[in-house]
Amino acid sequence: MRNPFVAGRDGRATPAQALASYALVCAAVIGFFWLSLAMAGIALNLDFVAQFRTRIADGLLLTLEISVASLVLSCVIGLPVAVGQGSRILPVRYLCDLYVKLIRGTPLLAQIYLFFYIVGTAWGVENRFAAGVIILSVFSGAYIAEIVRGSLSSLDSGQLEAARAVGFTRAQTLRYVVVPQLVSRTLPALTGQFASIVKDSSLLSVIAVIELTQTMQEISASTFNLFGTYLVLAALYLVLTLPIMFVSRWFERRGSYAH
Amino acid sequence: MRIELEGVTHAFADAPVLAGIDFADDVSTLAVIGPSGGGKSTLLRIVGGLIAPTAGTVRVDGAEVPRDGEALARYRASLGFVFQDGGLFHHLTARENIALPLRAVHGLAEDRARRRADELLERFGLAAEADKRPSELSGGQRQRVAIARAVAPRPRMLLLDEPTSALDPEYTTEVLNLLRDLKDGGTRFVAVTHEMGFARHACSKVAFLCNGRLAEYGESAEVFSHPRTPELKRFLGKLLEWRV
Ligand SMILES: Nc1ncnc2c1ncn2[C@@H]1O[C@H](COP(=O)(O)OP(=O)(O)OP(=O)(O)O)[C@@H](O)[C@H]1O
Ligand SMILES: [Mg+2]
Repeated sequence: MRNPFVAGRDGRATPAQALASYALVCAAVIGFFWLSLAMAGIALNLDFVAQFRTRIADGLLLTLEISVASLVLSCVIGLPVAVGQGSRILPVRYLCDLYVKLIRGTPLLAQIYLFFYIVGTAWGVENRFAAGVIILSVFSGAYIAEIVRGSLSSLDSGQLEAARAVGFTRAQTLRYVVVPQLVSRTLPALTGQFASIVKDSSLLSVIAVIELTQTMQEISASTFNLFGTYLVLAALYLVLTLPIMFVSRWFERRGSYAH
Repeated sequence: MRIELEGVTHAFADAPVLAGIDFADDVSTLAVIGPSGGGKSTLLRIVGGLIAPTAGTVRVDGAEVPRDGEALARYRASLGFVFQDGGLFHHLTARENIALPLRAVHGLAEDRARRRADELLERFGLAAEADKRPSELSGGQRQRVAIARAVAPRPRMLLLDEPTSALDPEYTTEVLNLLRDLKDGGTRFVAVTHEMGFARHACSKVAFLCNGRLAEYGESAEVFSHPRTPELKRFLGKLLEWRV
């Protein structure tokens, strides 16, 4: 029998191996935190979960709503920006370029404050949910633009020539070659970006959007149970992000056909 | 098939590649040979309607090659292309690479397109490979799938651009044998090739392209045994230098 903790020469693990090793790693991580709690002399108390379960559920729901709305809106922003970065109209190209650089080069926290207290006040964006979604979308749109631009530039000219050679019209080339190849190349990273949006939405707590993080902060303030609430907070984000990362991996495996 | 070229000239961003090619003949099997960078691929793309020449006209079977739109797509669809690296669609299986153009371009029903694809894969010894994507195939298998895709709609003529130059000797033979069988079955083709044995024995005519000009053209037996121009003599001499 082969060593349960070593993958085969092809780098693959059998399901039994994967399960055993994962269990071991999880036990080690949990053990480390358990030990740390014990050494710091903290008794973990999770009673507040039952007490505040409706508020926690509401916060979780709002986080999901913000994230989904932001994903959609950030794709609406990111796609044209990706195309615009290759535009022959120079002001359009440089505007898109500047947008991506500004957003990627500054912390989200600064963007949230600047947008909410300056732009939001000036233009009358009072609704915190709407403001939150807009800020998060503008932020994430720059990353999506980069993802899409990467897939666009990896589209190989040989594929387009082959499409013309078999007699496809422009519309058919788009439908049968360009879109399928772009989608399967973009989907894994795009799904990964969704996981980032979910996490990044926690920063909206600073403008008092009552999403998951803000909810837990309020609970922690009233129960003085700092460690318990943050532990549950982290666990709840993982419940959202782990399945998304799993889907992202699945897209990646399914679409990996490029040479 | 009658191919007529009149003063065909091409330049990429001011760099001249073809300098006024004149040609008119009935082509059944034609090899295009010549030194690297001589403009062979460019000429093949022009004949196939993939790029438009900067000047000159191309007529095939008496009709000028259309410049754009539906007519150009139909013209391209009436020919079968094979590129140096095969040009298979990365995201499709071998079977779909053959069947998709049959459905989308040639209007075959789903099951007929599939049957035609399977029939060709079987004939080219690729039955076990039908559901694999190009990245899962060997170089020789990829080229055979590419040839299967090119012949599937029964084109007027195949245009092959160095179909074996990316292959090991073993796969080269595999692909050249396939082309010889197709020729014996009546398929017409123009092949850009560096395989002089193939050009000499499997193609009835040979065109020698050098420095953007058609330096020599004729029956392949004649051209190879009695090269007239010093360029062709030098070209063939160089090839002999390393012969085993
Ligand atoms: N898309 C392009 N843009 C600019 N220059 C090009 C392009 N395609 C080809 N050329 C140039 O045109 C010349 C002829 O190229 P071509 O590919 O037709 O030569 P070839 O005879 O097929 O050579 P080889 O045997 O190496 O394939 C070369 O100098 C090449 O650099
Ligand atoms: Mg070439």
